[in-house]
Order: sequence, then C-alpha cells, then structure tokens
Amino acid sequence: MTSNLPALVIVVPLFACLVAAASGWIDRRVPFPVAVTALFLSFLSAAGLLVQVVTTGLTLEYRLAGWAAPMGIVYVIDHLSAIVLVVITAVALTNLIFNKDNIKREFKDKEGAFNSLYLLFTAGLIGMTATGDAFNLYVLLEIVSLSGYALIGLGTKRAPLATLNYLFIGTIGATFYLLGVGYLYIATGSLNMGDLASIIPGMMDSSIVLFAFIICLAGLFVKMAMFPAHGWLPGAYSESSTVSAGLIAPLTTKVTVYIMIRICLYVFTADYVFDHLDCGKIMVWLAIATMVFGSLSALAQKNYKRMFSYIIISEVGYMVGGFFLGNRLGISGSILHIVNDAVMTLAVFMAAGIFFWKTGGESRNDLKGLFASMPFTMAGFVIGGLSIIGVPPTCGFFSKWYLVSGGIAAGNYFFVAALIFCSLVNAVLFFRLFEISFFEPFVDHHHAASHGSGGGAVSVVREAPLGMLIPFLFVSGMLIVLGLYSGTIVTNILQFAIPTGII
Amino acid sequence: MSIETLISIKPFLAVLVSLFAIPFIISSRSQNTREAWTFIAAAIKLILVLSMLPFVLNGGVIEYTVVQIFPDLGISFRVDAFGMLFAIVASTLWIVTSMYSVGYMRSLDEHSQTRYFSFFAVALSATIGVAFSANLLTMYLFYEMLSLATYPLVTHHQDQEAKSSGRKYLLYILGGSIGLALPAMLITYHFTGTLDFAAQGVMAGHVTSGMGLMLTLMFLFGFAKAAIMPMHSWLPAAMVAPTPVSALLHAVAVVKVGAFSVVRVLTGIVGTGFLADFNINFIVSVIASFTIIVASLIALSQDGLKRRLAFSTIGQLSYIILGVSLLTTSGMTGGMLHIAMHAFGKITLFFCAGAIFCATGIKNISEMKGIGRKMPITMTAFLFGALSVIGLPPCGGFISKWYLVLGTIESGQLVFLFVLLSSSFLNAAYFFPVFYNAFFCHKDEMMFEDKVDEAPLWCVAPPVITAGISVILFFYPQPFLNLAKLFVQNIIGG
Amino acid sequence: MESILSLIIAKANFWTYIILMMVGLYAMIAKNNLVKKIVGMSIFQTAVILFYVSIGCKKGATIPILQHGHGSDHGAGHALFNAIDYINPLPHVLMLTAIVVGVATLGVALALAIKVYKEYGTLEEDEINKQLIDQME
Repeated sequence: MTSNLPALVIVVPLFACLVAAASGWIDRRVPFPVAVTALFLSFLSAAGLLVQVVTTGLTLEYRLAGWAAPMGIVYVIDHLSAIVLVVITAVALTNLIFNKDNIKREFKDKEGAFNSLYLLFTAGLIGMTATGDAFNLYVLLEIVSLSGYALIGLGTKRAPLATLNYLFIGTIGATFYLLGVGYLYIATGSLNMGDLASIIPGMMDSSIVLFAFIICLAGLFVKMAMFPAHGWLPGAYSESSTVSAGLIAPLTTKVTVYIMIRICLYVFTADYVFDHLDCGKIMVWLAIATMVFGSLSALAQKNYKRMFSYIIISEVGYMVGGFFLGNRLGISGSILHIVNDAVMTLAVFMAAGIFFWKTGGESRNDLKGLFASMPFTMAGFVIGGLSIIGVPPTCGFFSKWYLVSGGIAAGNYFFVAALIFCSLVNAVLFFRLFEISFFEPFVDHHHAASHGSGGGAVSVVREAPLGMLIPFLFVSGMLIVLGLYSGTIVTNILQFAIPTGII
Repeated sequence: MSIETLISIKPFLAVLVSLFAIPFIISSRSQNTREAWTFIAAAIKLILVLSMLPFVLNGGVIEYTVVQIFPDLGISFRVDAFGMLFAIVASTLWIVTSMYSVGYMRSLDEHSQTRYFSFFAVALSATIGVAFSANLLTMYLFYEMLSLATYPLVTHHQDQEAKSSGRKYLLYILGGSIGLALPAMLITYHFTGTLDFAAQGVMAGHVTSGMGLMLTLMFLFGFAKAAIMPMHSWLPAAMVAPTPVSALLHAVAVVKVGAFSVVRVLTGIVGTGFLADFNINFIVSVIASFTIIVASLIALSQDGLKRRLAFSTIGQLSYIILGVSLLTTSGMTGGMLHIAMHAFGKITLFFCAGAIFCATGIKNISEMKGIGRKMPITMTAFLFGALSVIGLPPCGGFISKWYLVLGTIESGQLVFLFVLLSSSFLNAAYFFPVFYNAFFCHKDEMMFEDKVDEAPLWCVAPPVITAGISVILFFYPQPFLNLAKLFVQNIIGG
Repeated sequence: MESILSLIIAKANFWTYIILMMVGLYAMIAKNNLVKKIVGMSIFQTAVILFYVSIGCKKGATIPILQHGHGSDHGAGHALFNAIDYINPLPHVLMLTAIVVGVATLGVALALAIKVYKEYGTLEEDEINKQLIDQME
C-alpha cells in the first residue's frame, strides 16, 4: 500500500473526477462527498509521502506501469515535491469543504460538472508537482489549464471574455514550454528530468540548451503572470466565482513557481543556471519589476478581489526573485513562500468568499460595518492581511525573513528595498480595507445605539454560517502555526530540497 | 560576576495572563463581571511580575523559550533587571488605569467598552512581552503586536478624526518598524549571526563603523514609538483616543516601549563599547537633545491640555535616550530610572486631564481658569505630577534627573547639561501656568459656576494614587534605582 | 547569398515552423475578431507540432514498423534491425498527445467564444470593449 502512495495521490482524484461527473446525473448530492473523500484520501497519501520522505531522507521514484526511467514516465517524490503536494491537497480540500454552501448556490444543477472539474484541476496540479518527465509535465500543465479555463469561465457574466484572454495567453505560455522541451530533446535525446540533469552539465556551452532554457522559462513566466505578461491574471481571477478563485488563486501561480524551481535546479542544474549563465541579476530585476508593479496596481483597485489578484502578482515576484538570488537563504525563502503564500492567499480569498456571500458585492465599499457584524470573520481576515503584510508571528513574516536575509546575503539591496516597499504598500492596502470596515458607516459615538447598554456591538452580530467560519478560522490559525514552525520546516524539509552545491 | 540563570515559565505566564482574560472579558454578561476579570488579570500579572523581583534583584536572570523558530533564534523570554523595572511600572499602572478606565468610560458612557477592555489587555500582554524579550525577534514581535492592538484603542471613537489620526499613527509606527527596524534587524542578523541581547552588544567586530551608525539610526527612528523627531507627530495625533488610553498607552506603555526598545538595542545589540568606539553615542545624544528642546518649545504653544502633555512626553522620552547614550554610569542609571519616574508623573497628569474632561468637558488650558477651586484634589495631584515631570523634589522625577545631570557632568560634555537644565526650565514654564491659573486666578476671571464638582471617585482616586507613588518614589526609589544600577553594572561593569 | 540560401534550405523545417508560429502569434495579438484569434492560436500550436514531427525525420529512413518482428523470437528481431534505418517515433507519439491537447483547447476556446457572443452579441473585440466601458459608466 505505502509503496503505491505516489500513484494514489494522483489516481484517486483522477478517478473520482469521473465518478463525480457520472454520479451527478443520478443524484446531485453525491458529487460533493465524492470529491471531499477523494481529496481527503489524496491529502492523506501526500502527508504519508511527506512523512516517508522526511523520515527516510530518500527520494521515492514511482514507475508508472513499471517502465523504468528514462524510457518510462516516473513520478518523483522528494522533499521539494512532497511538501508542495501536501499544500496542494490541503488547500484544495479546505477550500472545497469551506464552499459547500456556495457550490450549492452558485452551481445549482451543475454540481457533477463542477466537482469533477475541481478534482481534475487538483489532480493535474498534483501530477505537475510529482512528475519526473518534462513532456508529461506539459500534458498535465494543459490539463490544469483546460480545467482552469472551465472553472473560471463558470464565473460572472464577464468571465467568458476574461477566460478567453487567459486562454490565449496561457496557450502561448504552454506552447513556449513545449517548444523548449522540443529543443531540449533535440540536444539531449531525453525527456526524463533526472536523465536530463545528468546530460546537461556535459553540454553547458550548447546554444540549443541555452535556447531551450530561455524559451521554457519564458513560457513559465507567462503562466505565472510575471511582469509584463501578467495582464490575464487579475481579470481571470476576479471574474471567477469565489469557489474557483479559492482553488485557482492560491495554487496555480505557486505550482508554476515550483515548476520553475524544479526545472532550474533539477533539469538545467544549479551550476548551469547560477554559475554558467549567471542570469540571476536580470531575473531578480524582472522580479522586482513584478513586485513593484503588482503592488502599485493593487493600490488602484476598488474591487477587493481584483486587489487580491494584483497582490498575487506581486507575491510571484517575491518567489521568483528569492529563487534567483541563488543562495540557500533566498531559495529556502522562495520555497517557504510557496507554502505560506498558498495558505495566505487561500485565507484572503476565503474571506472574499464570505464577504461576497454576506454582501453580494465585490467593491471595497461593500465592506462597511463588517467589523461590527462579523467580528470573528474579520479577526481571521486581519490575520490573513497581517500575514501578507508580513507581521510576526504570522507565516508571511518568516518567509519574508528568509527572502530579505537572502537578499542581504547576496548583496542585492534593491531586492531587499523592493520587498520592504511591497510590505508597506500591502499595509496600506489592507488597512484601507480595515478602515472601511471598521469606521464606516461612521457612528456618532455619543448617540450610539448601544447607549448605556455597557458597550457591546453597535449592530447585531450576524456571522457567516459555521460551515464557512470554522474552515476559515482554521486556515487563519494555520497562518500562525506555520509561522511558528517555519524554522522547523526549513531545517527538516526545505534544507534537503535544495542541492548541496548551493551555499 | 557570574549571572545566575533560572529556567521558568513565569515570564511567559506574565505575558499570557492578560490574553487569557480576553475570552472572559468578551463573554461577560454584565459590566461588573467584565471589569472584575480585568482586575483579576491585572492583579495576577502584577503578582507574577513581583514574584520574580527578589531573584532578579539578587542578580539572577530568568529565561524561558516558547518556540525555537530558527536553530539559533526563537521566541524566548529573559527577565533581567531592566526588563523587570519596566514590567513593574507597566503592570502596576495597568491596575490603576483599569480603575480609571472604569470611572471614565462609565461616566462618559462610551460605546464598545468590551472591545476597549479586550484590546487594553492585549496591549498589556505585548508591553510585558517587550519588557521580557530575550532577543530582537521576540521584541519586534511584541512591538508589532502592541502597534496593532493599540490601533482600535486610538481610533476608539470611530469618527472621521479618529480615522485620520489612526492613519497617521499606523503610518509612523508600522512604517517605521517595517521600513526601518525590520531591515535593520535582518542586516544585523546577517552580519552578526545572532539577535540575542548581550551585555556587551553583538555588533563589535562584525560591522564596520559606517554600517553600525546606519543601523543604529535605523533602529532609533524605526522604533517610532520612542517619538524621536522627526518620527514624533503620531503622538499628538493619537491624543484623540479616550483619556485612559492616552494615559496608559501614550504616556507609559507605547512610548516607553519605544524608548525601552531603543535602549535595549543600543545596549544589547549595538553595544556600549561599539557606540563609544565610533562616537555614535554622540550623534544619538545630539538627536535626542534636539528633540528635547524642540518638543519643549512646541509644548509651550499648545493650548489643548492633552496635546501639551503629548509634546512634553516627546521631550521626556528623549531624556531616557539621551541618558543612555551618554554612556556614563550615572547617565544610564538616570535614563533607565526615568522610565519609571516619568511614567508615574505623566500618568498622573493624564488622569487629571481626563478627570477635568469628565467633570467639565473642557480640553483647553485657556478655559481652565479657576478650576483648582472646584476640583482641588485633582489639581493637587496635577501639581505633584507636574513637579515630578519637571524634576523637582519631593517627587520621583527629581531622582532620575539628578542622575541624568550627574551623567552629563561625568561625560564631560557640558552641552548636554545645558540641554537638560534649559529643558527643565521650559517644563516648568509650560506646567506652572496651568497650575497657577487653576488656583490663583482672579475671582472675576473664574470660568466655572458653582455646580462643577470633582469627577467621580473612580476618576479621582487613580491620580491621587499615582501622585502619591511619585512622592513615595522620591523617598524610596530603591527598587527601581537598584534595578537600574544592577543593569548598568552588568553592561559597563562599573 | 549562397550561404544564406543553403542555411535556409538546410534548416527548412525550422524556418517553416517559425514563420507559422509568427503568423499565429500575429493573428492572436493583432486580430480584432475573437474567432480569428482562436484560429491564430490553433496555427500557433500546430507550428510547434510540425516542428516536433520534423525533428523525428531522418534522410533515407523509413517508418518504424517492424515487418518481421512479430512472433516469439525477440533476440533475432533486435539483431535484424538497425536503428539508423528508422525515423525516431518518439516525437510523433508525443505529438499525438499534443494534438489532443490542442483540439481540446480549441474546443474550450470556441465554447467560450459562443458564451461571449451570447453575452455581447458580437465577437469583435473593440465593440465588446465599448460595451464594457459603457457598462462602467
């Protein structure tokens, strides 16, 4: 059983996706529990894998259908992929449970299709994370993209147009990646990542490899919404339904960053990327541009979901920049931020889901008076916001800690300054929302309704239903727990995810 | 001298106790039970803090690590003499302020009192957390926690004015801590490999003089709660808060946390030796002196009583920093002692300002003529508070100023002596008119009718108590003085 | 001149795919009509597929189907065939998947285009944008 865990983690949601679609025809109530069960099993397998990898310290290689690498397709579970797998399955599961009521409301009579797409999307992400084959990665990337288009397209009235734009850009990105893999194949004759990593060091001067590297990375940058190819993201994420946004926003960009890290470290190898090409500087500048641009654009948004989407762009810059600093601290920070940012983004998008559920609006002025009417939700939202700003002891602070330390160690003070600047802008962004929900509508405190009642809430407390509130507060709590354990995560897991050659 | 170390959970409990009280405060059905919980928490906190006092006075140190986040750095507490000094001040004053809050909030019938008491408790936790921090990371954590917990208190009224003041407050405090203190902390960590507060500092030998100066200034301005000019203008703005908040937070907890943090960083991170070697202390002293003089001058021109007190606070905070940056035994002792002495004096003044507002609704000094005859107890307490802040006997402030003046003489830099003396003169100049007008104005100028009377008992008792403590501290400054001396002895070994 | 010509001819497959790709990219970026964009996208993908197919080719090689290779005599089968005589089948196999992906993408894109048409009554992007701006006001 345990030896098949790497397969189970993806096969279960993949099959459940078919079951969910089929069962939806019979009874509309069945797909949801099917999806929850599948994701739960997948999460357990992922957690089992992580435990296994951490305790044994070995990399697991699962041969699909028994074909050995480099001919067959292998799934590789090492420290890096194991932790990302846990994050993916956990986020997908939590978001699904959280949105039980929302799915009923927003996708009435489409439960089968929706749950099925949800599972397919998650299975694709899991596959992307686990696969050890460069072409298989392309296929899974497209599975994720296609199910993502469908999920986003089910959103608001404007969603189809936004999705179509996303589809064009996404296809360009994926096709670039495919082209890059083609050149890599021409140069090396292999598609297996481990095999490639052993061949490439011997042909570092090859211009074909260089072209493959550039074009692969360009494709991934488009997919992860790096500046200047970021235009599709805010539209797509903010027009999608809150359920889909809660799945797609935390995971897609993060997994793409993970893919970038995997390809750079375990296909082209760190020697090639950081020493031979020495492309770190340029990439960090690109990342800085993304960060600053994302933050500043977020300032201009009146719609809070759009604002969060721009913050995601800026966070992508953190991760890419941190990685290309090329030292252990920066890369640790980058990987840690994949984990933390996934949870952080989940938290704010869950909050957005609750706000939308409660007010039916997505403008920031719809948040008026929410501190009084939903104190617990707002408390969770404040934690999420603080984490994105980077206030201790939330996890956002600690990944920023590593990123900034990495920047200092690399002597790249521009990156440090950009990180600090983005933190400050994020503070402005979130406190603007807090202000609106705390102060407005303005109360004349000497004639407040609660006069003489010994304080207490000004208006009646009407919280979100417990089915939403509990998962949301759980995620907010996780932000602090992850923060306190970030050192443990780094020393026990991420430490081993980074090749020993990197100091 | 070997330092005796004890591992005990007590400091952590002292921090947590007020957080534990919050669920009870929120779930309380009646006002009386809610406030009872506040008092119980405050009392337990004080007992916990005091129970550690004898051990610390004997030169011991109590340590406790909550979570080891990084292999060599975690959230950990370390109770030494200086932290103890500050913790005693904060936890004593919490009890008094709670009494005062009850009186003030009830008599003005404020809204959202549950929120008020809850965040007050959080703020106190954070204050004690800062006092007991063993390293810069822990201190930063509690510093930020305090910034955020006080935001809803500052903006308690939830009106337009509160909103804009709240903005200013966050801009300076969060902007300073994220924009300056955080990078400074990380740069320090990068170069020295540790953030633990050490008796001799950690920078020596790791950092160049230019970098050291830059980091010191980043910390100095980054901990904007210390209100060093030009990072001071949040303080007068934050006076929109209800008076008990201003009293405890903006005369004691928040600003003192700022000053405390700066002193901790100067002694524990930068190191006195490092400061002296590169003459950084002189630059810090000059900045502090500038703040002292300018703030005192501005205070003269303020008519709002709370605003005048706010500018006075800005000036007095820089005394602490000036004292420490003199790097002489007496100067440092005086600076640390001033944390305690000024706290008791200034809180009295704020209590009185609040009591006047409760009884009459007046905020401006020019409208207070003759008030002393109507509210003699309050204004007498005010006199003693003012004496303490100016630094005249028979009040505690005299002791700390005495040491500060000695410090300037020891250091041989008489410029700073001049700064201290002229500032004391200015202090007198802006406090005595208040008092004089209150008692000795001409009958015709009396601005109050007969019906005005003292504020409710819960508002009047606290200033009397704190004024009393100020006087007692003049005669028995030993607990604070010994703690300060002990700490100074540890760091300069003199 | 000659050398450039020979370069073009020698790498004809590369030139072809790049030209096709640019045509597709141009259509995706510059065309106003959504369906034309979708067509451009399809050309863009097909270009890469053709590139893959072309790299499997070898001069004088034949399709990799073993005419006599069936039966139980594996050892003899391997000895009989020289890899040089056959084109590389792997890129072609990969492209089967890529074509499927391309078709699926095309399908989703067309479905979305229908939804867009239902919403706005047009497929011209400038007209849709005009409607969006009008809605905002």
